[in-house]
Amino acid sequence: MAETVTTGHASQTTAVAWEPRIIGFLCYWCSYTGADSAGTARMKYPPNMDIIKVMCSGRIDPELITTAFANGADAVVVLGCHIGDCHYISGNHKTMVRMPLMRRILEDLGIEPERFRHEWVSAAEGEKFSKLVAEVTEQVRELGPLDWPRLMRERGVGHGADLKAWGE
Amino acid sequence: MGAQGQGHTNGKLKIGMYWASSCGGCDISLLEIGPRILDLIKVADVVFWPCVADFKYRDAAGYPDGYMDVCFYNGGVRSTEQEEVARLLRRKSKTLIAYGACAVGGGIPALANLKSRAEIYDVVYHQNPSTDNRGGVVPEPLHEVPQGELELPEFYPAVLRLKDVVPVDYEIPGCPPQADRVWESIQAVVSGAVPPRNAAVRVGCTEKSVCDECPREKRLVKIKAFRRHHQFRPEPGWCLLEQGILCMGPATRSGCGALCLKADMACEGCYGPPPNAEDQGTCMVGALGALLDVSTEDRAREMVAEIADPTGTFYRFSLSSSFMKLGK
Repeated sequence: MAETVTTGHASQTTAVAWEPRIIGFLCYWCSYTGADSAGTARMKYPPNMDIIKVMCSGRIDPELITTAFANGADAVVVLGCHIGDCHYISGNHKTMVRMPLMRRILEDLGIEPERFRHEWVSAAEGEKFSKLVAEVTEQVRELGPLDWPRLMRERGVGHGADLKAWGE
Repeated sequence: MGAQGQGHTNGKLKIGMYWASSCGGCDISLLEIGPRILDLIKVADVVFWPCVADFKYRDAAGYPDGYMDVCFYNGGVRSTEQEEVARLLRRKSKTLIAYGACAVGGGIPALANLKSRAEIYDVVYHQNPSTDNRGGVVPEPLHEVPQGELELPEFYPAVLRLKDVVPVDYEIPGCPPQADRVWESIQAVVSGAVPPRNAAVRVGCTEKSVCDECPREKRLVKIKAFRRHHQFRPEPGWCLLEQGILCMGPATRSGCGALCLKADMACEGCYGPPPNAEDQGTCMVGALGALLDVSTEDRAREMVAEIADPTGTFYRFSLSSSFMKLGK
């Protein structure tokens, strides 16, 4: 290490370390309010989750989960009201069928189970929320980046990029 | 019926068909149009169809670019050979059509995308009970023999769709495409009444789901438990999904006329995802969420565990166009 960097701002000269990127789908009525209450109570949790507020966890099309992974998310978290608490009476009944099914499919497709989390968080459970985010962040940090787009490219795309048509 | 050779002009359309990673059923399905094939050959010459006549790649390579008016390409792309021919046929065809579930979404062979190439080789060349491979030989792209070097096409790590390797004008889904839809597509080509070219345009199918075409009665009851055909005799005329048989109807594009359902068999999903959806499996997960009769989380988990192979069932014909698809 004979050379030292003499110019530039510190943040420009050091490589940016990888941070887990987590996409969280939170229902408006319970879980988002729960996240809000964690903030109001000034609980600390890692800043790694990008929260997407949806009106009901039953509105979360499973394709949104796969789209998040396909576009580079390291983990996806789905949070909804406890069973019986749904603002729309039975929205989360659909979630409770879809999410275990998605978990099975994601495992088949080679995504570690820790990268997909489905929990119920009520409006009063700010602490549960903050602990959950910390836990998922740590688990994903240990697993490392998923980088699904790169994974898929390695498996096939561009494989025959230098191929010519037959007979050329 | 062939019209081999260069520069053959008689005012008739030139059509071709090729099979890649497929079972041959698509080639047969083109014949399924029955006596109407006689009408077809009045207006069209078959200039490339290795499945039914002795056409070689060099025949196609000898044609001028854009010589074929329509080329149907069936099967997914699994090897360098299939990709080379896809590129060749793209150049020689004015219109290239991805024909059948494999060319459109990978089809059954694409289920192997869940496994690595090493795992596939291990099963096929070593583990299969019927395999007698004492030398433990596996195919290599290049092999030295005293007479020189032998070359085999390379086996890709995954099954690709036709549109992953060349631009595609239209797609006709189905395993195999249903004869009436094929005939409509051919008529559209012959009369020039084709929709604008775009890989996203599917022809030979309709804009709804299989449930929409299905004649079985929907009683709007929820699924109490999953059952399979060998366990009971489903009531005729009543929705199979409501009776607990996993039917892909809600997550499958229409066009087949609900053929399987009319024969008391559940839809397997061969026409791929419905319009405006890319990923058939997540469509089915979404649909099932609203269809199960569960009120507790435990029961929901139990019912989900009853589904034998969700990935293989929901993506049976479309794994290459799922979010597992390779690249954007």
